[in-house]
Amino acid sequence: MTTELVQLLTPEGHRVDHPEYAVDPSAEELRGLHRDMVLARRLDAEAVTLQRQGELALWPSLLGQEAAQIGSARALRPRDHAFPSYREHGVALVRDVDPAHLLALFRGASNGSWDPAERNFHLYTLVIGSQALHATGYAMGVAKDGADTAVIAYFGDGASSQGDVAEAFTFGAVYDAPVVFFCQNNQWAISEPTERQMRAPLYRRAPGYGFPGVRVDGNDVLACLAVTRAALDHVRTGSGPMFVEAFTYRMGAHTTSDDPTRYRDEAEVEEWRAKDPILRLRRLLEREGHADEAWFAALDEEAEALARRVREIVRTMPDPDPMTMFDHVYADGHALVDEERARFAAYQASFVDAGRSN
Amino acid sequence: MVTKSLPVAKALNEALRAALEADPKVLLMGEDIGKLGGVFRVTDGLQKDFGESRVMDSPLAESGIVGTAIGLALRGYRPVVEIQFDGFVFPAYDQIVTQLAKMHARSQGKVRLPVVIRIPYGGGIGAVEHHSESPEALFAHVAGLRIVSPSTSSDAYWMLRQAIRSDDPVIFFEPKRRYWDKGEVTLPDSGSAAGDAPPGELHEARVARAGTDLTLAAYGPMVKVCLQAAVAAEEEGKSIEVLDLRSMSPIDFDTIQTSVEKTGRLVVVHEAPVFYGAGAEIAARITERSFHHLEAPVLRVGGYHAPYPPARLEEEYLPGLDRVLDAVDRSLAY
Ligand SMILES: Cc1ncc(C[n+]2csc(CCOP(=O)(O)OP(=O)(O)O)c2C)c(N)n1
Ligand SMILES: [Mg+2]
Repeated sequence: MTTELVQLLTPEGHRVDHPEYAVDPSAEELRGLHRDMVLARRLDAEAVTLQRQGELALWPSLLGQEAAQIGSARALRPRDHAFPSYREHGVALVRDVDPAHLLALFRGASNGSWDPAERNFHLYTLVIGSQALHATGYAMGVAKDGADTAVIAYFGDGASSQGDVAEAFTFGAVYDAPVVFFCQNNQWAISEPTERQMRAPLYRRAPGYGFPGVRVDGNDVLACLAVTRAALDHVRTGSGPMFVEAFTYRMGAHTTSDDPTRYRDEAEVEEWRAKDPILRLRRLLEREGHADEAWFAALDEEAEALARRVREIVRTMPDPDPMTMFDHVYADGHALVDEERARFAAYQASFVDAGRSN
Repeated sequence: MVTKSLPVAKALNEALRAALEADPKVLLMGEDIGKLGGVFRVTDGLQKDFGESRVMDSPLAESGIVGTAIGLALRGYRPVVEIQFDGFVFPAYDQIVTQLAKMHARSQGKVRLPVVIRIPYGGGIGAVEHHSESPEALFAHVAGLRIVSPSTSSDAYWMLRQAIRSDDPVIFFEPKRRYWDKGEVTLPDSGSAAGDAPPGELHEARVARAGTDLTLAAYGPMVKVCLQAAVAAEEEGKSIEVLDLRSMSPIDFDTIQTSVEKTGRLVVVHEAPVFYGAGAEIAARITERSFHHLEAPVLRVGGYHAPYPPARLEEEYLPGLDRVLDAVDRSLAY
């Protein structure tokens, strides 16, 4: 590795070359990346607002991680599979998952209502690190099938401490599974800085398991795209997993329940603000003349329209019917569930009969 | 000694502080328990006062937390570890079941593992998936673990002090939706043995309200609901006795038996699913012990055999006042 951090676009919006990784996106692709990031940020901001208004139970903000998510997601081919953690709203957007699903989950109206097979975007996983194993197992299946599909597992710096993630590395390595382990190192796991999780750079862990690791500037969408594309190509060759550490920053609170002023300095946040992923691509677009004021204005309008749609979705979202609690507990039915469902229905009906509301 | 009105979370904080002061071997470990003070602030200010070597933010790994707590205990420490939420204890389940619970027996009594595992548990706070569960039965089924759950600030303080003093592993289930409920706690003077004696035994049930017609037995978050049910039933002329069981392993069957032999009726209430739950065990034991005193079968109110639902449905899932009163009526109708 010649340079430790792969970067193709400086915070000032200048292109830089890298000996191993390159992308040469067309003007349209560059605008597309910018659009995705702006829409992801707008969706995210709207969800935070809706949580503040009591419409959502919780929201984990992706603010600051747009490049890592959009760059990596744009590297995927349609038939590739993504296994997210719970903050990958940008990846969901790129995969064209209806935001209503994400909003329902964080409203407390569902625990994951989308069909993973529809967009090859699997369910959010709140138990830290679990999905790394699922992605690996999925990739093991892909290898058995001899299919031309790659798998990407998203997780955080904190998750890297979990046994499940270490086990995923081992399984992925020994079965040559076509899986990219994509860690968004956003420097924090709630209140714990990375010093609590590791004492050597994460990407260097990979060689110990027998597969390559690379650290990419996670706020540089071009580098994230190039490196993830290369990593997906690498795993598709059947020579085992690859690890990508996207070095980025969680600009907001861990979730809307969190108060970061208790544990981190505003100065650190300020330092990262200068490395904003969206701003740097905008600078490039402007400098190279790929987009004019009118284009940016139209994009802002599109983002506002998305925000309006998000508000509308949430404000008109019905609460699920209580009876659905008993749905899909088993694929083939279960006597106890049937009995409890029937008793619950009779109990609910008794209130209606008695003229009382529950 | 001083009596203060404290929220449950603060009472727990005071207990941890007193334990850290009283015994240099006591250590705290868990995710985000340092500067943040834990996501529920139960450890607020303790790292500042006792230092990073006694109040340790751990890597994000529950098996690691419990597994290393076992090692620390083998070295003579008394670790008190925090699992951030009920649904996140399972990566540690292997260490708890195969190691923590059994090492004392395997060593023929030579090894003692005074480890306390604090777990905020239960629903009712509108949280997302895995943040509202009641897994106590999964632990109560395992010999070698003591399992308790306070329902009041005073019990929160004293039961945690007692759990930390225990030479056995204790799983300490904290009713998270009661963290902010206030109650009186009589605290001992700092650094003095005076008043430092707990008001009762760790595993003793408490008669939270006396009554004659029916016994409601509950623990943790459901005690408050049962007390409300007793008040509501009183308006209809029914006298309900409420037991706060406080301990799920062991269970104080004597206190339950005494109550049931007085009232003749028992309803057990918990948030956890009724299927294979604490209520099943209590119903079986009390039927064996007090068959001829029972006027009605022991009834159970609890969660369903379904995953804990999304928050918008949790009120339907959790046993509330109406469901407890419904069971009271059904029992009295026999
Ligand atoms: C097994 C488990 N333990 C604890 C938690 C509570 N928790 C939720 S997010 C989080 C921090 C995760 O940090 P990281 O992996 O860096 O991801 P990030 O939130 O920064 O995206 C913790 C401790 C959990 N969800 N699952
Ligand atoms: Mg992180």
